[in-house]
Amino acid sequence: MTLRTEPFVLNMGPVHPSTHGVFRMRVTLDGEVVVNLEPVFGYLHRGIEKLAEERTYTGIVPLTDRLDYVASMTNNLAYCLAVEKLAGIKVPERAEYLRVIMSELQRIAAHLISIGSFFNDCGAYFTPFLYMFRERERIVDLLEMVSGQRLLYNYMRPGGVSQDIPEEFLPALKEALNQMPKYIDEYERLLKDNEILYARARGVGILPKEMAISIGASGPVLRGCGVKWDIRKVDPYSIYDRFEFDIPTGTQGDCYDRYRVRVEEMKQSLRIIEQAIKQIPAGSIRSDVPQLIRPPVGEAYAHLEAPTGELGFYLVSDGSIAPYRCHIRAPSLMNLTALRDMIVGWKVQDLILIFGSFAITMGEVDR
Amino acid sequence: MVNFLGKGILKGMVVTFTNLIRPSPTTQYPEQRLTVSRRIRGTELVWSKTKCTGCATCARTCPQGVIHVVTHKGENNNYAVDTFEVDSGYCIHCGLCVEACPYNALFMGYTFERSKYRRNSLVMSKDDMAIEHQPASGYFHPEIAQTLPEQELLVYRGKKK
Repeated sequence: MTLRTEPFVLNMGPVHPSTHGVFRMRVTLDGEVVVNLEPVFGYLHRGIEKLAEERTYTGIVPLTDRLDYVASMTNNLAYCLAVEKLAGIKVPERAEYLRVIMSELQRIAAHLISIGSFFNDCGAYFTPFLYMFRERERIVDLLEMVSGQRLLYNYMRPGGVSQDIPEEFLPALKEALNQMPKYIDEYERLLKDNEILYARARGVGILPKEMAISIGASGPVLRGCGVKWDIRKVDPYSIYDRFEFDIPTGTQGDCYDRYRVRVEEMKQSLRIIEQAIKQIPAGSIRSDVPQLIRPPVGEAYAHLEAPTGELGFYLVSDGSIAPYRCHIRAPSLMNLTALRDMIVGWKVQDLILIFGSFAITMGEVDR
Repeated sequence: MVNFLGKGILKGMVVTFTNLIRPSPTTQYPEQRLTVSRRIRGTELVWSKTKCTGCATCARTCPQGVIHVVTHKGENNNYAVDTFEVDSGYCIHCGLCVEACPYNALFMGYTFERSKYRRNSLVMSKDDMAIEHQPASGYFHPEIAQTLPEQELLVYRGKKK
């Protein structure tokens, strides 16, 4: 007698703890092995691109906070860069330094969440998360001191930043910078050499270099494959050409490499902040920009290295106070296109791990 | 260094055990409270009757369009403010109105706990927002920020500053 088997369709999500938001994967299983995967998204669609068409250029800044809500500062910066390119606005020197400090702090905070939730997906439930959140809290405290809120900062403006830093900010930042290397070292001891993590993450979910480039992946997902591509070096925006830092890369592009790239990037961000604190000049923090910006007719695209990858804003102006079109190139969405090819052939528990190693934010995927 | 299977796990365990004897980074919220940032964008908008001229710059700046201003012609040929209402249920607390006000008549609120039983009580009138009754935050008002207590930071936890 022969046993007859048939494929089984499993709906993972939209509400599932490992999907980091509301995301559904229609997985076809053969036993435990994934034979097909169909991502279904759009549950968090708020129409931000359309909403932007009826708001003033300054009024869109709070909207950009809500894209990648764990990295609001870099979203603000990407949008402001696009408006400045479109309207030809110059940014004062001090504001550029403040922007760099804030976006690097934000990168550390966002990577801490990514790593923490990756370990959650590995099965180390919430123990590493505690350590990551403890340090993220220090950074969020600092950003709260500057901007007034803890998650949706709304800090940058076209032509600079909204407010100057308070005088107690720099001493507290230096104190935080002194403590951070010790804590990063602690994460390394906690899980870097863990044998269970080796077994779970090494060689799992390999993204070949050629495929990563052809799908347009960016950020730690691309660098994990060994491609040295960082917008901060390749196309320096703001004042990143003045700082000295390295681009950490992985070797084979598996889940473990992506995790390592994130940890190394946090160390590089600390280096950048240290240099920026030394060089920061006094002066104005915002150039003279009218409240209603009317850029000339035209279009502009500005991109930067967000924690998840290349975040770009494409703005078309028709000369009025609101953009004619605002398109957002979301890195999380681009990285997700590799999901199917990476997961097919692996088991269900690896699916969660591979998906977690992308560290996507659904606010950015669905917009 | 000797390598053996389980060494990485043991190293991790040492870290978790040292965490046992550390001071806790958390705060037991309703009983213990941390002092918030001097620039906090709290839940209430605060409005100064004497400074406001009724120009409605805030209403035009608001990205959500929740500020409602009605004026009539006053005796000295100026605007007299009849209604100044904010539907705080739709407010996203971005602070752009405070930033835009040319007469510094708007402030963000300093408090952060605000729940109501009914939805229409979220609509705040002139009296609800009066600066005489509500604590104002130092967001875009450095003179107020100086008077507020300093923010408690986690980086200084367990340390003498």
